[in-house]
Amino acid sequence: MKALAARRRHPAFLALLLLVALLGVGVAYAGLSSTAPAEAVATADQTAIDEGKRLYLEGCSSCHGLNAEGGTAGPTLIGVGAAAVHFQVSTGRMPMGAPGAQAPAKPPDYNEAEVAAMAAYIASLAPGPAIPTAEDLDYSDADVAQGGVLFRINCAQCHQAAGGGGALTQGKHAPSLMKATPQEIYEAMLTGPQNMPVFADGTLPVEDKQAIIAYIVDLQGADSPGGLSLGRLGPVTEGLFLWAGVMLAFVGLAVWIGIKAR
Amino acid sequence: MSTTEKVGGGVATYVDQRLGSNRFLARNLKKVFPDHWSFMLGEIALYSFIIVLLSGIFLTLFYKPSMVEVVYDGSYVPLKGVMMSEAYASTLDISFDIRGGLLIRQMHHWAALLFIAAMSVHMFRVFFTGAFRKPREFNWVIGIGLITLGLAAGFSGYSLPDDLLSGTGLQIARGIVQAIPIIGTWAAFLLFDGEFPGTEFISRLYGVHILLIPGLILALVSLHLMMVWTQKHTQFPGPGRTNDNVVGYPLMPIYMAKAGGFFFIVFGVTTLIAGLVTINPIWIFGPYTPDQVSAGSQPDWYIGWLDGALRIMPNWETVAFGYTISWNIFIPAVIMPGIVFTAAALYPFLEAWVTGDKKDHNLLDRPRNAPTRTAIGVMAITFYFLLFIGGGNDIIAISFDLSINWIIWFLRIAIFILPPIAFVITRRICLGLQRRDRDKLLHGYESGRILRLPHGEFIEVHEPLPEKEKAVLMAKLGQNPQPLPAPEPTDANGVRNKHYRIKKIRAQLSHWFYGDNVEPPTVAEIEAGQAHVAHDAALEAPLHEYEELDYVNVPFHGGVLHEEGQPMTNAEQLEERGGHL
Repeated sequence: MKALAARRRHPAFLALLLLVALLGVGVAYAGLSSTAPAEAVATADQTAIDEGKRLYLEGCSSCHGLNAEGGTAGPTLIGVGAAAVHFQVSTGRMPMGAPGAQAPAKPPDYNEAEVAAMAAYIASLAPGPAIPTAEDLDYSDADVAQGGVLFRINCAQCHQAAGGGGALTQGKHAPSLMKATPQEIYEAMLTGPQNMPVFADGTLPVEDKQAIIAYIVDLQGADSPGGLSLGRLGPVTEGLFLWAGVMLAFVGLAVWIGIKAR
Repeated sequence: MSTTEKVGGGVATYVDQRLGSNRFLARNLKKVFPDHWSFMLGEIALYSFIIVLLSGIFLTLFYKPSMVEVVYDGSYVPLKGVMMSEAYASTLDISFDIRGGLLIRQMHHWAALLFIAAMSVHMFRVFFTGAFRKPREFNWVIGIGLITLGLAAGFSGYSLPDDLLSGTGLQIARGIVQAIPIIGTWAAFLLFDGEFPGTEFISRLYGVHILLIPGLILALVSLHLMMVWTQKHTQFPGPGRTNDNVVGYPLMPIYMAKAGGFFFIVFGVTTLIAGLVTINPIWIFGPYTPDQVSAGSQPDWYIGWLDGALRIMPNWETVAFGYTISWNIFIPAVIMPGIVFTAAALYPFLEAWVTGDKKDHNLLDRPRNAPTRTAIGVMAITFYFLLFIGGGNDIIAISFDLSINWIIWFLRIAIFILPPIAFVITRRICLGLQRRDRDKLLHGYESGRILRLPHGEFIEVHEPLPEKEKAVLMAKLGQNPQPLPAPEPTDANGVRNKHYRIKKIRAQLSHWFYGDNVEPPTVAEIEAGQAHVAHDAALEAPLHEYEELDYVNVPFHGGVLHEEGQPMTNAEQLEERGGHL
């Protein structure tokens, strides 16, 4: 003890004491917080991540790089989050069928479990937006009219007021929302896929997102009080119908009357 | 005398004693109109205008031309509680809360689109048949005025509901006014009473839409019809029709029935369509606020070509003395339509000057017989159609998965290249048809029956033209217009011709207009040709009518066996052909 007492003013003593204290706290925390089920989940996560990595290397890495670092053909996926993976892969946009202005939606190449595995892998690389929970997607209390106002302010300039989609420059486009599910809409707002801006929770709070979803779902199910809707595309299809339908019919009727008079 | 006749006669006498109307009616009810289906196209325009007027009166009862902000509390749930102008709210009420309102609104809008479309088609008919020629030039100018007013009526109506599309359209209109150099900014402030959108514009536009423009249209329509009445309707060439008569049916009862029936058809079909097909679903577009705009914002079809011109115009601007001149708006939206409408209005006078034609024309041209005019018309339609495509470029891009930039570049080039190509092709087709007409007059029409003659030759049997068609084609005889002769630089005394240069240009233009026309055959040529046709028929006759006829004319091709036209008994023929027919 005397030796110890003699060395307690040694300059290294403080550092050693800190090390011991930290180790102690760390061991105690690990001992207290780790429980058996959590370990099982961690193992399952690891399995999903490994499976996701395998799928990733197989189907995605040729463009996005072996470590998701990105390249000339595709952007980096580090930090895009599980929501982005779920949106892109479950709508069939990724993997892309062919290089083009934009990835179009198509029947998905992977099932839900595979999508979840890939999402887990990408999420394990760096934190990013997670797949929205059922609570996030619960729009039952949302105000449809308020959603309409938000939709017209934030969405209509690209997706068109009726959600029918619109053209962007160089062959890019904002797709129609008529078949989008609430989860896809939410994830799109959260991650800003392709040319869409990100509407993070700071700019568009969860309640606003839910209101917008409620409005789009309402639009999807809305019947057309005026009769045939002509795709709700506005004056272009109306003009086409007028010339190719109405005007043609009237010319036909005029010819008919003209013939009868002879 | 039956009771009906007694009562009817009594009423007629009562009215006549007070108005002196019997003589007027007696004269005018007998008025004769020529008959052709294309003469009814203008009627579609007239009837759709009547539908627009009637449905418009209904709408004025419920529409509130006010930009006062209100909170919507009607029955359309997705807009409940949203702030909007009273104009928009009342249009929603018409659509959802007033019985029959949506039907009437849709009738009003469909009939308005139809009105302008029918006027356009009517204009095509008048243009391509040369009905605008002397003495009807003024009526053509009135027609152009009516189309211009139709566009103004349509655009002002499109802007009244104050939905997202209305406001976007108005903002573009304001931009166009602002683009006029020097006065633009002041003019825009004057019209809108300040900044956009302000609080006054809807109520100002309302007066224009329901009073000023319809009043002018009604006045011009009356004038248009009165001129048709007094100048008489033109007619196509045909049996018994000349430049100085009108062949057709009297107004009463034939045209009363036909025109009346057609009115009900137009009304009925328009109502049917208004009941079955949505137009302008303003509830989906939402109320207008200046911070919102929808993708795929389009004007109604008749403004589409102007929007298209704006969309394909390169972004040119000049800054002079600290002021920006927006050529990118001023050229496509002010100068271009100005040129188009002026050229359209002046066309009859330009053509008359070029051709030096001072005659009255009550007989219509067939489009092929005026190839240059027809080609100019098709060229104009091509030009218009390309701009029209430009107006829907975003919808086309997304519907057909194309790049909007490529569509714009295609149109920027095509607008200069395709109309001239359309001109050349149309002119060639017309001239080809003229040649065919000449052939028909000379040789009759090809029956499609091939005949083998005894000595082995094959001929196709030509048959004489039906009387009606022949009359149509014969109308051109001696009427083929000739280009103006080239002027002499000096007269016989060597005095310089003062107007030589302008006259030379005029002669050249006239040559361009008429020079390539195919000369119709002369009467002598036709007679010779018809002998040929008769001879074909005669060749064939023995096959069908061997038993019935004593003799037929058998003029032979190749190797004269008989003089043409010499009658020959069947026995002789049979003998001559060695017993085979």
